[in-house]
Amino acid sequence: MTTINRADFVRLGSMFAGSLVLGVGANGCSNQSQGAPETAGFKPNAWLIVHPDEKVTIFVNKSEMGQGVATGMPTIVADELDIPMENVLIEFAPAAAVYADPGFHLQITGGSTSTASMWMPLRTTGASARAMLVAAAAKQWGVDPSTLTTKSGTVVDAKNNRTATYGSLVGAAASIPAPAKPTLKSPDQFTLIGKVNKRVDTPLKVNGTAKYGIDVRVPGMKFASVLYPPIFGAKVTSFDATKAKQVKGVIDVVQIPSGIAVVADNSWAAFQGKAALTVQYDNGPFASQSTDTLKARYLKLASDGTGAIPAVERGSKSLTGKTLEATYFGNLAAHAAMEPMNATASVTSDGVEIWAPTQIQTIAQASAAKIAGVPVDKVQIHTTYLGGGFGRRLYSDFTNDAVWVSKAIKAPVQVIWQREDDTQHDWYKPMAANRVSGVLDAHGNLVAMQHTVVMDSILKGLGFPLAPNGMDSVSMDSVVNTQYEIPNYHAYYINPNSGVPPGSLRAPGANWNTFVMETFMDELAHAAGKDPLEFRLALLQKNPRAQNVLRTVAKNASWGSPAPGTKQGIAFGFWNGTSVATVAEVSMDGNTPRVQRAFVVADVGRAVNPTIVLQQLEGATNYGLSMALASIITIKNGAVQQHNFYDYLVMRMNQAPEIHADIISSSESPTGVGEPATVTIAPAVASAVFAINGKRARVLPFSLAYA
Amino acid sequence: MVSLTINGEKHDLDIPDEMPLLWAIRDVVGLTGTKFGCGVAQCGCCTVHLDDAAVRSCVTPVSAAVGKSITTIEALGTAEQPNALQQAWIAQEVPQCGYCQSGQLMAISGLLKTNPHPTDADLAQSISNICRCGTYGRIRKAVAQATGGQTS
Repeated sequence: MTTINRADFVRLGSMFAGSLVLGVGANGCSNQSQGAPETAGFKPNAWLIVHPDEKVTIFVNKSEMGQGVATGMPTIVADELDIPMENVLIEFAPAAAVYADPGFHLQITGGSTSTASMWMPLRTTGASARAMLVAAAAKQWGVDPSTLTTKSGTVVDAKNNRTATYGSLVGAAASIPAPAKPTLKSPDQFTLIGKVNKRVDTPLKVNGTAKYGIDVRVPGMKFASVLYPPIFGAKVTSFDATKAKQVKGVIDVVQIPSGIAVVADNSWAAFQGKAALTVQYDNGPFASQSTDTLKARYLKLASDGTGAIPAVERGSKSLTGKTLEATYFGNLAAHAAMEPMNATASVTSDGVEIWAPTQIQTIAQASAAKIAGVPVDKVQIHTTYLGGGFGRRLYSDFTNDAVWVSKAIKAPVQVIWQREDDTQHDWYKPMAANRVSGVLDAHGNLVAMQHTVVMDSILKGLGFPLAPNGMDSVSMDSVVNTQYEIPNYHAYYINPNSGVPPGSLRAPGANWNTFVMETFMDELAHAAGKDPLEFRLALLQKNPRAQNVLRTVAKNASWGSPAPGTKQGIAFGFWNGTSVATVAEVSMDGNTPRVQRAFVVADVGRAVNPTIVLQQLEGATNYGLSMALASIITIKNGAVQQHNFYDYLVMRMNQAPEIHADIISSSESPTGVGEPATVTIAPAVASAVFAINGKRARVLPFSLAYA
Repeated sequence: MVSLTINGEKHDLDIPDEMPLLWAIRDVVGLTGTKFGCGVAQCGCCTVHLDDAAVRSCVTPVSAAVGKSITTIEALGTAEQPNALQQAWIAQEVPQCGYCQSGQLMAISGLLKTNPHPTDADLAQSISNICRCGTYGRIRKAVAQATGGQTS
């Protein structure tokens, strides 16, 4: 058995401090939890309630957007508590300080961090509750707790041949103090972690009963849709709502800071009213910008290095040898989550209530409080299921709008975006220009590399702080923290401040930078006359986990022996602690790469739910491939030119490859799985295409690279 | 007044003839299992059955549904008794975010009425519903399981 030390426990205790959730006491770890009269359950802390009927409600502080946290988080608690999954009820946690992520100090779901950051806190909370139930039984029976064990929701006194279910102990447990050092299971005692392969939400998601933000229905609520200025930074100067108000079902038209909101009886009437608005704008300075003007500026910055901020400076910049140089250009892309942005809000004199598919409860809450002019603790947030997130719902623009409209009309309202709004008012995967150079020694070893990234600041878009020198570690992800052991390495960041809203999109920064790094690695390996796998392994000699994913994916894919009519490409990536590698088997269909099979392997530490890990590797592979194939957002006269899925192209069934995903699971702590596999598929495909026709993709999407 | 029969139940609704069926189902009748994704028949999230045909309800005016039997995801099966496709979806753990899956299930169950044993190639040709979580591979496996077919 392992025990957590006092310092860990104090840290955990401070996480609970200040909880006012559901009648849980000010210190969730002490036992001031009998307060809530509506249930006779045992509430040892803010994370769970043991009910007399043996069911246990577990509060999930992360947003379920498909990545499986609604299953994974409770699995961790349930294992340490020692209950079967059938007894678990889940509830999405309200917005409260107690539910903040211990790393971010915000209630947020992002960066593939949920399992990694909640692993120890959730184990401890389950173990603590289990110890209290054992102590309650020991007290009842007048025996030493150390003589008792638990099994599947029952305390067992083997010596005296008696048992007590947790449900029967809820009253007795209420007077038991929380242990200072709850004893955690040793991994060989896990009954659920690594073994549960079902998801708790699957049954709800095949029969239409899972409730997403768009499904929220509140008595008396209206529906609204907002016309946003098409040009970034533009402002409404005047508008005429006469025709909009003539649409059957339209109730009101109100101006809010972001645009003009049409309020109606139903969503469709709101859309019709929106189309009937006449609006004048002050277009602002961005109106003169286009993809072409921005691209020219980015390429010039990458070339001349104006404003470059040093991110890594290691060794010499003046090595000579065989030198390769290349410039890569990445276009804007949109998240395009299936559920369009939406939120429902009710602003009253008592406060604000919000129902939303949000990834960022803390900021949505603070922002709503400011808009409504109420204290933060008067803003309640109910997190629904999310119809995809991919980082889009880390922004509170859509929750803010619901609050503004509800405040204006003094009624509950659901603000719903049309797909066109979603496409044209995203926080985009930033445009980027990367200039790279590499030097090979006489033996074909990579001895020096320089890498300059021109990309808007993703951290700035999120409202998060940058480094004091202005370096953005997210926009520079996979460049500043490359796993390759290159003795002489120089990396620079240039922030173009383009005026396009810069977004956090699945493996932000890394999804583009890895494409550059890995495609360039293939260029270098080719120039060195080396096998691309061996070339990489030679640069990862101190990194056994990275080597292992590369060797495993090569073995799984029979690297070097592609299926007839195909060529292979390989790529390696690293995202928030997870090493990942992909081999793509590709043929060409005219100018379009057709991925016949993709093999992906990730080292995720301990896999809490192997099926969910595989789902994420498969899904991220498809997401990355979808974006690389033909997803492009372009700007003309300051506005996005794409509208909907007919001109913002994403993968459908007919482009979906056969994917063989594999996990390297170990006894290491869990690492993230939602994003890593997004980054390796595009460079693997690009290298396979090079093997087919000798064309290098130095631009994404492929629809431009191979046109 | 527009009279619609949804999942065997008759609804008399005071709505315009041209209102898309999607919004009558979601915002007026209040069945929210059918989803809005694009509004222009591109993504298939809103797929329902009109009699035996799978249609995209976001571009189907309610006038076109009058006199027909409308079936939504809520009537494909029940929580207690999921139909064969739903059972296969559960067994193969198809959904991630799940938002598109109502439409996927309605589109594929519609296809099965004319092609009870679709191949992967049939699915690629006939099913254009978008899934941004990328569950396509698991959908293929689940369809094969439900129909006794083989995946590639």
